[in-house]
Amino acid sequence: MDTLSTVHPAGPAAAVVAVMWWVLLVGSTLIFLFVMILLAAAFRQRSAPIGPAHDSGRERLWIMGLGLAFPLTVLAALLAYGLVVGERLAPKPHPDLVTVGAEASQWTWRFTYADAPGRETWNVLHIPAGRPVDVEITTTDVIHAFWVPRLAGKLDAIPGHVNVLRIEADEPGEYHGVSSEFSGPGYRNRRFLVVAHPAADWTAFLNGEGMDE
Amino acid sequence: MNALRRHRALSRIWASDPGFRGWFTTVNHNDVGRMFIVTSVFFFLVGGILAMLIRAQLATPRSAFVGPEIYNQIFTMHGTIMMFLFAIPLIEGVAIYLLPKLLGTRDLAYPRLTAFGYWCYVFGGSMLLFSLLVGIAPDSGWFLYPPLSSTLGQPGINSDFWLLGITFVEISAIAAAVEITVTVLRYRAPGMSLTRMPVLAWYLLVTVVMILTGFPPLILGSILLELERAFGMPFFQVEHGGDSLLWQHLFWLFGHPEVYIIFLPAAGVISTILPVMARTTLLGYGWVVAAAIALGVLSFGLWVHHMYVTGIPHMGVAFFSAASTLVAVPTAVQVFAWIGTLWKGQPQLRLPMLWILGFFVTFVIGGLTGVMVAIVPFDAQVHDTYFIVAHLHYVLVGGFVFPMMAALYYWLPHVTGRKRFFKLGEAAFWLIFLGFHVTFLALHWVGLLGMRRRIYTFDSGQGWELVNLISSIGGFVATIGFGLVLVDIIVNAVVATRGVRNPWGAGTLEWAMPTPPPAYTFASLPSVSERDPLLKEPRLGVGLAKGEGFLGDPSRGRRETLCVETASGRPAYLVTFPDNSALPFALSAVTGGIFLGMLLKAYWLIPLSILGIVALGVRWVWTTGADRDRGPMDVGRGVSLIPAEEAEDPPGWWGSVFLLLADATLFGSLLFGYAFLWTVAPNWPPPSYLAPDPVAAVLAAVGGLVAVAAFRLAARALEQGGSAIGWLILAALGAGAVGAAAISVMVARPDFTAHAYDATLWVIAGYVLLHAALAVLMALFLAARGWLGFLGPRRRGPVRVGQIWADYLLVVAAIGLGAAWLPGAFA
Ligand code: HEM
Ligand SMILES: [Cu+2]
Repeated sequence: MDTLSTVHPAGPAAAVVAVMWWVLLVGSTLIFLFVMILLAAAFRQRSAPIGPAHDSGRERLWIMGLGLAFPLTVLAALLAYGLVVGERLAPKPHPDLVTVGAEASQWTWRFTYADAPGRETWNVLHIPAGRPVDVEITTTDVIHAFWVPRLAGKLDAIPGHVNVLRIEADEPGEYHGVSSEFSGPGYRNRRFLVVAHPAADWTAFLNGEGMDE
Repeated sequence: MNALRRHRALSRIWASDPGFRGWFTTVNHNDVGRMFIVTSVFFFLVGGILAMLIRAQLATPRSAFVGPEIYNQIFTMHGTIMMFLFAIPLIEGVAIYLLPKLLGTRDLAYPRLTAFGYWCYVFGGSMLLFSLLVGIAPDSGWFLYPPLSSTLGQPGINSDFWLLGITFVEISAIAAAVEITVTVLRYRAPGMSLTRMPVLAWYLLVTVVMILTGFPPLILGSILLELERAFGMPFFQVEHGGDSLLWQHLFWLFGHPEVYIIFLPAAGVISTILPVMARTTLLGYGWVVAAAIALGVLSFGLWVHHMYVTGIPHMGVAFFSAASTLVAVPTAVQVFAWIGTLWKGQPQLRLPMLWILGFFVTFVIGGLTGVMVAIVPFDAQVHDTYFIVAHLHYVLVGGFVFPMMAALYYWLPHVTGRKRFFKLGEAAFWLIFLGFHVTFLALHWVGLLGMRRRIYTFDSGQGWELVNLISSIGGFVATIGFGLVLVDIIVNAVVATRGVRNPWGAGTLEWAMPTPPPAYTFASLPSVSERDPLLKEPRLGVGLAKGEGFLGDPSRGRRETLCVETASGRPAYLVTFPDNSALPFALSAVTGGIFLGMLLKAYWLIPLSILGIVALGVRWVWTTGADRDRGPMDVGRGVSLIPAEEAEDPPGWWGSVFLLLADATLFGSLLFGYAFLWTVAPNWPPPSYLAPDPVAAVLAAVGGLVAVAAFRLAARALEQGGSAIGWLILAALGAGAVGAAAISVMVARPDFTAHAYDATLWVIAGYVLLHAALAVLMALFLAARGWLGFLGPRRRGPVRVGQIWADYLLVVAAIGLGAAWLPGAFA
């Protein structure tokens, strides 16, 4: 249950977006209700004054006020919010940074580790908990995407390109990941696991212990 | 002449051929518009059946109904059919049927082109339908991303059906767009200035100009991908200098405007119907038109929001996120203008209004989720999940299908001439409206719970089961509703009672005619002095039937209408339309030979089809024009006008200008692709460059300039009463020289599979060569026409048409061949 849920975050990036979702939901609901009330109120019995003078007043209210000023204000605030969050999530230098590689193909993931050259794992990605991790994503055949919903948003694996995604797990544990760009008949079962280790286990992993995959 | 005699005379002139034959030879917009609509509804049913298969499969976890191979075809074809074979053709059909009537004219600018477009749609659509029935349908999603859709991911024939079938169908979209643009700009009732135009005509104008500039990137992308699949030209293969991202850019350069191409006509329908339902006029006509134009323009700057997660640089993403939120503003202007209109009038809850309310509820939700996914971090979570599936259906069904239902019930009395008797429509509304929301509202939530789109089944235990079951039930309820609409329409078209002429009390001209409309539409053309002519003069239709308008005298025995000046609507010249003809059907069948040849890899069919196209094309144009100067002719109400072929800017000239707009967009997309690969694709620059060829360069420059000059001298010679033949032959030679220079590029880089650079050179050179061949053909055709006396001092228009094609050739040769040679010159 909830292993792929974006609203049960387990890392800072996913947490920010989960909050964002609730903000967006509340804001949208309010706007929706506002519009619906205006719409319903048009049907009440009354006689509206007619004539061009009244029309220009209406244009000021409905078009310049509600049509232009209202969305411009809301959208400007929203955009600023989105850009600030986006800026915060972007990969930036960090003293504790760990770099791993994720190479997709139909239909497996191969993971490599900058701190342990030559070390490879298939369909299980090991990371340290509580430290930012940059995943360098690419593919050997068609387009795939790397997505661990509880940790962060997704990023595509594009042939010939390397995309870098910043993820982080707050706590040690196992997190489910899926490829989320359609890649043919085997697409549905394109799963992988991210194992976040406590610091000691991570060192052990890098030293080559517990290589059982 | 009384109204009945006039009706009989005009009906004789405009009648389609009787019986079965009439289907294939009709060029009348009444017929072709209805054929478009019926065919697109047929495809809606097919797409709907596929949707039901999807929902049946996903109703329960671990369903064994279909496996991934079939499921992938089903959802790909559902999306493809709904977008390309239902929505766009339905818009075309509605526009074709309504537009001449709204504008107060008798037909669209190029009746035979209307029919040609229809047959291209039928043939292209049949290809896709065939692939579906045989089980070899496209299966890489409706946006067909390579490498999955290319030979690497799909070595079979499946993707070719998509690339070729859809391109064939796009021909019809381009044809309709050229025709509708020219119709709105020139074919209106006298006195209908741009500011007096019905608001729907404005919306359709914006829509079709968007088709002219939005579809060419997709057409180019499809050509490139088909060339890659058929001949190994590696445009999208990274190891040979291609880049799969190029496809995504080309596709979404089309794909985002496409969404607005679908929405704008629906918004135009609402702007038309809603004021009538509220017994008032539209609030802020100017603002609404400006908002439609702004939407059209802005929508070309948003395509990257479909590619947020492809790793676009940070700054770029910020820009596109800003543009994507901004686009909500013109939409808000329209929504509030509509609500303000309701406040201004007295809205009545008749059936079309009910559908419009359904539109408001649904579309506002879709718009709000649209703003959500414009925010990059949020999109990174929900992209490719069921949140997006829900969002896109709220926009497409709420913003397109529901307004089209309003349109259906609003204009049905016009098409059938009857009033609704059995009221199944209200029940159907509730079934569809509630069924829709039950289907899609909760799907947002499973998307947030991580359910990806395009999975053929899912495991239990993730909190998705209940929502999916409810969704499937909702889908079936909506389907029953659509079935009921169909029954309602058929029953009411067959057995209901005759209705009155203008049942809604509308102000636009389509109601100033008998219903169902006669083939000639207006017995005489109205003279328009305000935006809603019928509000002031409800009995206008009676006067027109009595011949009180323009062209009320059918004695010349031809299908006639008027062209007006674009801005003012002052009458400009007299147009004589062609009669019924099998040429459109034949031409599109022969055009199909090219697509069939590519599909079956029977390449010998292609040159054969090209010969056929040229022969039929010559035959087609040959029937236009006159062999002597006719001078001004009486058009009624004391006005005399020159015939079209004596105008400086005949319809063919206008059509060429807008066709060239699409053509130039295609060329621009090609140059964009070249520059994109150059700067973004990993394996660039290529191992070696094409060496510039001074001889070919001089040949191209001199040839192009000669062609351009010779056309002008030909027009001048005609004006002075001389012969143009010599000049036209010189023009053909000049254009031929440009073609030879283009061929030299291909000869210099024979291996087009080596690198995307070589493949691109071939396409650029091929493009120049094609236009050189066209210019040669035109020049020779005109020379032959001149020789037989079809050109004269007043009849210079055809030469002016050829001239702009020659001018265009010079431009593309200079840019295209320059882009091919310059890198080598500097290396
Ligand atoms: C009540 C009717 C409809 C139902 C129940 C329905 C259902 C669905 C479902 C469940 C999917 C997702 C399939 C998947 O990802 O596996 C889908 C995809 C899609 N639908 Fe619909 N749909 C309906 C009507 C429409 C209409 C009217 C349009 C367009 C005008 C449309 C356009 C699309 C598109 C473009 C896709 C994406 C296909 C792809 O992923 O390649 N649908 N539909
Ligand atoms: Cu878009």
